[in-house]
Amino acid sequence: MKPAKFEYVLPSTVGAAVAALVASKGEGKVLAGGQSLLPLLNFRMARPAVLVDLNAISGLSYIEERSDRIAIGALTRHRELEQSPLIAAKLPVMAAAMRHVAHLAIRNRGTIGGSLSHADPAAELPMLSVFYDATISVQGPDGRRTIAAEEFFVDALTNCLEPEEIVVEIEFPILQHDGWAFEEVARRFGDFALASIAVSVRPGPAGLKEARVALMGVADTPLRLREAEQELIAMELDNRTPQRFSEIVVSKVSPNDDLHASGEYRKHLLAQLSKRALQTALAAKG
Amino acid sequence: MANVSVTVNGEVYDVSDVEPRLLLSDFLRDRLGLTGTHVGCEHGVCGACTVLVNGDSVRSCLLLAVQTHGAEITTVEGLGSPDQLNVLQAQFREHHGLQCGFCTPGMLMTGEDLLRKYPLATDEDIREGLSGNLCRCTGYQNIVAAIRSAAALRREEKP
Repeated sequence: MKPAKFEYVLPSTVGAAVAALVASKGEGKVLAGGQSLLPLLNFRMARPAVLVDLNAISGLSYIEERSDRIAIGALTRHRELEQSPLIAAKLPVMAAAMRHVAHLAIRNRGTIGGSLSHADPAAELPMLSVFYDATISVQGPDGRRTIAAEEFFVDALTNCLEPEEIVVEIEFPILQHDGWAFEEVARRFGDFALASIAVSVRPGPAGLKEARVALMGVADTPLRLREAEQELIAMELDNRTPQRFSEIVVSKVSPNDDLHASGEYRKHLLAQLSKRALQTALAAKG
Repeated sequence: MANVSVTVNGEVYDVSDVEPRLLLSDFLRDRLGLTGTHVGCEHGVCGACTVLVNGDSVRSCLLLAVQTHGAEITTVEGLGSPDQLNVLQAQFREHHGLQCGFCTPGMLMTGEDLLRKYPLATDEDIREGLSGNLCRCTGYQNIVAAIRSAAALRREEKP
């Protein structure tokens, strides 16, 4: 299993990378960390004529605080997110999820821009971008535009990028929440999720003032459950709340059967994880 | 065709006529003759081909050789020699951490990076860390024991 022939381009600016994609006339592919693309090349499931390697572009790898947001450069590696004190302090759900992202050797190479562009419905970073309501900045022949994470993911392994656009930055709003949890079940540690949920809550005088809920592994894209958030806020909090929440969450999805798990099993996992996640989030709500 | 200049196990190699599609794993084995790096699945699942690039463990089947131009690479040949095993290798021998030996180079290189980056205080941490490396002899118990022991020795060295 070896990649088919391609022309290799190593631009030093995003503009030059976009120009190389334009010149490839739809036959180009962007290489970031390569941890999803290289397997596709090795299997020859992808046979680009031109491979545009972003790794020589400086200034695309950073984690910065910008008032109420954290901005992350597209070439930032998973390992940098995993060990960033800023992420741990400001985006705790991301910090908790990062150790579930594949394995150390993959995290050393894989990038956030690459993970979002690959758009796997059971991958952590696409789910986190939806959870945090992130804004994705992309650059193409007509300059830059921004896309809301929920709009970005269209279908399994499919995003709304034009063929000549490249993800350059992702901005994550900081949630002023007090309790949160991230739960995931995979067949082996680091594999893609069979089911996963992230929950974050902000308590009010009675019940919850704000709630955030996102899922992955149970649909063709990561999901933000806006309705379930509202239903959770409307609930009176008692010891039956996690069970009721879990029933609401499961009612919102209808996962398909596939090689890895039946839809029913995924729903069973999701029910257990939802209950556990809300219990954890409520216990920590200060 | 490209020229690739890399330092592997402290030795500088200037290699010309490298096809961009050549994987680092094949470059190490076929062009440099360093066959200690084993090629298993060739799509990033088994971990047998793990090497260190600029100190970080990577799957050499998921990296193009041209991407390592200017990099410093360590393969299993760079860890120690039969007469002078490094700490982790010695623990693999001590604990019988290998059976057929095919996965061993990847286990060692992954173990090196894990020992450097994580405290590995519990067996669960070690098993999580090794979850990206497959041993088809299923000899995991002794591999975990070897890494547990190496982690303890490192802690004694650097209290």
